[in-house]
Amino acid sequence: MRLEDKLYLIGFKVDEVGGSHLAIKDRSLCVECEMKQCLYICPCGVYEIDEKKNEVSINYDACVECGTCRVSCDNIDWRYPRGGFGVAYKFG
Amino acid sequence: MGDIRYDVAIVGAGPAGLSAAIVLAKAGVKVIVIERGRFPGSKNVMGGVFYTDCMKGVVDDFPGKAPVERHIVEQRMWLIDDESYVGFTHKNAKFDNQPYNCHTVFRAQFDKWLAQQATGAGALIINQTVVTEPIMEGDKVVGIRTDRPEGDIMADCVIAADGVNSFIAKSLGFRSNLKKNAVALGVKEIIGLDEKVINDRFNVSGSQGVTIEMTGSLFEGAEAMAFLYTNKKSVSLGVGMIIEDMIEHNINPNELMESLKAHPAISPLIEGGETKEYLAHMIPEGGYNEMPRLFGDGVMIAGDAAMMVNAVHREGSNLAITSGKLAAQTYLEAAEKGDFSADTLSVYADKLQESFVMKDLKKYKELPKLLQKNRHLLDKYPKLINDAAFELLKVDGISKQAKQRSIWKNMKQQIGFTRMLKDLYKIWRTVG
Repeated sequence: MRLEDKLYLIGFKVDEVGGSHLAIKDRSLCVECEMKQCLYICPCGVYEIDEKKNEVSINYDACVECGTCRVSCDNIDWRYPRGGFGVAYKFG
Repeated sequence: MGDIRYDVAIVGAGPAGLSAAIVLAKAGVKVIVIERGRFPGSKNVMGGVFYTDCMKGVVDDFPGKAPVERHIVEQRMWLIDDESYVGFTHKNAKFDNQPYNCHTVFRAQFDKWLAQQATGAGALIINQTVVTEPIMEGDKVVGIRTDRPEGDIMADCVIAADGVNSFIAKSLGFRSNLKKNAVALGVKEIIGLDEKVINDRFNVSGSQGVTIEMTGSLFEGAEAMAFLYTNKKSVSLGVGMIIEDMIEHNINPNELMESLKAHPAISPLIEGGETKEYLAHMIPEGGYNEMPRLFGDGVMIAGDAAMMVNAVHREGSNLAITSGKLAAQTYLEAAEKGDFSADTLSVYADKLQESFVMKDLKKYKELPKLLQKNRHLLDKYPKLINDAAFELLKVDGISKQAKQRSIWKNMKQQIGFTRMLKDLYKIWRTVG
């Protein structure tokens, strides 16, 4: 089963106004980063390489707020989405 | 939020926060719970087994009308390898006696119900609100700041039950950043199946259920823990791995999940099933040695926020409920004295020490280190045991004695006799 199809099953309320609750602190560090663990460690594929800009893009609307990227990389600025936004599981 | 002064302010409407809220509200304490999700449980995930005993003194007639799935009568433990497993099973008719030992639950539904019990007892729950920081007066916590306008809430005591990512414990300096080797990521799928199909496949009836715990090399030589729990009309299938290991082995959690689903021991059990939900959550597995400071002036830390997970026995929510209950009892004693200083609240740590929570966490405190330093325990042994079982059970004209010799030779080559003895000793010392 494709990840895209799984993400489709999850309830999200995306914060269009407040924007992303995730950010990269210093993009120059990403250029030097060899592991690039953010690209494979996220269970929802939030971090991807944007081929055009040649930098990491953040699809925050697919984030389930587990915190794995935050533990994996010190260069990620991670906070909770605003109250009421983000993931809302049906089963949990 | 109106008049914003409460006796106790609780951060997080999970098992720890809500059990504290219920005990406090029942005692007539003015208590508020702040939850960032749309409703309590909407952001909460666990494997799915909830133990009954901890509910004494919280919801005494549990399960009553609580949304539980199946009560567990059979537990299977498997050491898995690529195409096989060696298992141990315990099924007992005593697990059919009420009160049931444990049930499978869905946290989005369970926590919502538990929150209703808290509200019914008189607690106020505010959803859709993030607690941004504790409000300090010197070293003393005197309230919490929220992301609502004029959202400060003052309280005699704050209970931080804000889960594994606990920003409260971090901002108070009670712990450092979460370590890669002290937290695991768990991913799970709820896979819908016909009730009768589940009953047939797992040899159960009515509300009886089965759990399977698996460990071994699941995916390209990396050690994972996996589980399958039966619900009424679905199974919860999940897999967890220490984050440091995932980084080291270049593992993508969804691919790990897919390899579990494709395992020959699992795929027939979920065949024809339809995935209903995909979930991910971190599990604080650092154990006793990674626990933060548990109390300070005007504050106590409970549940996942305090690393209260017994990974060996897949227990966590019962530790959370118990810690919430003990935090509430500590508050009640402190309120009699009218003193919420760290000195008075240290009773919370004493109560935890006297309970199974700390006794169990202490018992296994060296295990995370043992497994970290001895990766082969979860990697090589399950494989060796599977190979040995296959060799012994395969009839191919080779004598049993020759087979035993070859198994022994393989073990000596893979690990070595002295090392095996040392491993046995270490395991016995750590978990025995």
